[in-house]
Amino acid sequence: MKHAIEIQNLTKYYGKSRGVEDLSLTVAEGETFGFIGPNGAGKSTTIRTLMGLIKPTSGTVRVLGMDVCSQLPSILGQVGYLPSESAFYPGMKVSDILKLSAGMRKKDCRQEAQRLCERLELDVSRKAEDLSFGNRKKVSIVCALQHNPRLLILDEPTSGLDPLMQREFFAILRERNRQGTTVFLSSHILSEVQRNCERAAVIRDGRLIACDRVQAMSQTGARRVTIHGTADVSGLDGIRDFTSGENSQSFLFSGDINQLLGRLSAGNIEDLSVTEPDLEEIFLHYYTDGGEQQ
Amino acid sequence: MILIKHELKQSAKSFLIWTLSISMFIMVCVFMFPEIEQEMGSASEMFASMGAFSDAFGLNELDMGSLMGFYSVECGSILGIGGAFFAALTGANILSKEEKDHTAEFLMAHPISRIRIITEKLLAVVSLVLLLNLFIFIISVASMGMIGEEIPWRNLSLLHIANLLMQLEVAGVCFGLSAFLRRGSTGAGLGLAAGLYFLNIVANISDQAEFLNYLTPFAYTDGADILSDGQLNAGIIALGMVYMLVSVGAAYWKYTRKDIHC
Repeated sequence: MKHAIEIQNLTKYYGKSRGVEDLSLTVAEGETFGFIGPNGAGKSTTIRTLMGLIKPTSGTVRVLGMDVCSQLPSILGQVGYLPSESAFYPGMKVSDILKLSAGMRKKDCRQEAQRLCERLELDVSRKAEDLSFGNRKKVSIVCALQHNPRLLILDEPTSGLDPLMQREFFAILRERNRQGTTVFLSSHILSEVQRNCERAAVIRDGRLIACDRVQAMSQTGARRVTIHGTADVSGLDGIRDFTSGENSQSFLFSGDINQLLGRLSAGNIEDLSVTEPDLEEIFLHYYTDGGEQQ
Repeated sequence: MILIKHELKQSAKSFLIWTLSISMFIMVCVFMFPEIEQEMGSASEMFASMGAFSDAFGLNELDMGSLMGFYSVECGSILGIGGAFFAALTGANILSKEEKDHTAEFLMAHPISRIRIITEKLLAVVSLVLLLNLFIFIISVASMGMIGEEIPWRNLSLLHIANLLMQLEVAGVCFGLSAFLRRGSTGAGLGLAAGLYFLNIVANISDQAEFLNYLTPFAYTDGADILSDGQLNAGIIALGMVYMLVSVGAAYWKYTRKDIHC
């Protein structure tokens, strides 16, 4: 299988402060891959290394089979990049920005740009600095997509987009993915990753702590248990994210189910639900202390 | 070529403001010459005998009653300071603004090597400095023609070429700074240009500070020296061009290696 992204033992330090440490990751061509992590975890460092904006302290990074350090322009010709913040040159109209972007790629992208602008309802006659955050994001999206890249690297792509536009954006991504485009999507919004990605990686404190199929990550063995009534579950192993109300308790449980049932049967239960946690909860599970041990 | 065109468009407003301002001041000065020429007489001697002040601006060696004497002091100062500030601002901002204004991520997401980015931006700076000087030279010649004076082609050209080279040196050194700085490049550029100008004044006043002429490019734009020698000081200019080339080389070295932060 060909790899769109191959990161091997990537370490990046900014002086003494850590960016990422010994990170290894592969994304297959044609895959939609989610990259999850909180602020400061090393997501942006990883993405900027992929884009050649920063150089690794050690390790190798290959994109579309080429080395980022020595073959960057050839890589960027086939990559569409959507930065988390969209900033453009002052005084330029949207149409000028799209033309400049296509010109720097030596491609005539007018037809595709027009199609994308219509779908995203983007007015190309306005100056970029007069646009709202969401509309500036749309300009970045068109710049990233108009040249039909083989690989899309998207950093927090939906921030600022309204729900209808988010839906349209992901519809476009799915169409591109069906045509063979690889999608690397960094996001805080876990439901977004859960709905749109086949595989995902979780990064914490600069280290990769999980990388698997999204479906498999959701099946960790932990369950969300919600109890209405009274039961004493204190002291049981495998309880986390515990919350309690006036007549209810809710927690993630990954311990011995027989011990839990024993405690519940000793109590007075009015209602009980045991559900699979969503990715949001898995994420919290990875990010709370000791998550790595699970 | 696309980046040169882009940079020229981006700099158009600033270029027009600086070009028109300098041209207008020079034009006004030239238009004042006929009146000043009539009143000059003994004033020339007065200008030449003001001690350190005369030394600082070369008034002791120049005939303020002649068109080129007057032009090299009055217009030379306007062109020297204005041109140097424009060159410094343009050179100092051209690379650093991408990080300061967060546009680096947009620019560098495209298949353009950093060497090409540096080269096209450098060519844009050189083009802007050349265009500024060409426009001002044309305005100077036209102004002299309008007051009915014979155009002193050789001396006028030498003075303008010296200023062009000085601006290229300042722009080159600031271009080097621009590769190292993310913020504060405007202040650094203007500070450098102003500092170099004052170094020249100090060098003119004190014999002990003459060595400063090897540091400041304003040394070879000195109208008194150009008019009395009838030629440019090739030695100091060559040294200045070395400073410029080293700075530009440093810009290539740094910018192709640095981490770009937005």
